[in-house]
Amino acid sequence: MNALIEIIIFGAAAAGALAGAVGIIASAAPVRSALSLLLVLGSLAVLYLLLAAQFIAVLQVIIYAGAIVVLFLFVIMLLHMRTGEGRATKLPRQRPAAVVLAAAFLAVVAAVLRGVPSAPAAAVPEEFGTAQAVGRMLFTTYVLPFELASMVLIVGIIAAVVIGRGPR
Amino acid sequence: MTIPVPYYLALSAVLFTMGALGVLIRRNALVVFMSIELMLNSVNLSFVAYARQLGGLEGQVTVFFVMVIAAVEVVVGLAIIVAIFRSRDTVDIDDVDLLRG
Repeated sequence: MNALIEIIIFGAAAAGALAGAVGIIASAAPVRSALSLLLVLGSLAVLYLLLAAQFIAVLQVIIYAGAIVVLFLFVIMLLHMRTGEGRATKLPRQRPAAVVLAAAFLAVVAAVLRGVPSAPAAAVPEEFGTAQAVGRMLFTTYVLPFELASMVLIVGIIAAVVIGRGPR
Repeated sequence: MTIPVPYYLALSAVLFTMGALGVLIRRNALVVFMSIELMLNSVNLSFVAYARQLGGLEGQVTVFFVMVIAAVEVVVGLAIIVAIFRSRDTVDIDDVDLLRG
């Protein structure tokens, strides 16, 4: 019974993610692409919950859906640009070449995936993936990368202010 | 965990391919950027799936750092796109071709 529910949830979330991915690259209006991105991110958050990664799922909703997509929408509204991609591309046959390359890449990855052994998943403790468990690892083993990440954030904020200020 | 890991990996691979396809065929800089986000997210899914499969939290910690870097990347990238729009009045990447010679 539980297994059936899990399969249904996985199917729904996977279908949502795929539909959103198609929406991102096929929508004419950037706003629709941004909302499709939101659909992908939400579906992936559901999959993270299935994979016992509740902290990552919450982060996904807060950082990606809450901040990044809103930022995208903000810029789209701010620029208020012409949205069409009317004129012919400067590179001839770019689109068919891109499709062929993507299909070839997918075939290579599928060939690799065929060799992945499907061993049963490891047994995990109850608190696997909680904010407490991930946080403990972040602040012990990975405390140096954590502090470096804060440096990167500061640099990013300063860079955004400097670039966004424009010419004086 | 009823669903075996290869299913998650296959989904991740398809999402990554779609993101790459979006980068290659779209010319709106904002949509290209969203496709890059899609690729980052598909890789995150593989990391989380293997974290669960192997029973270690390192994969989830990696995803945390990817999210931090992705947030910075979006902020700086969107600032650059806004700056380009200010100076050239377009976000079509085919129109930004100063390096083309």
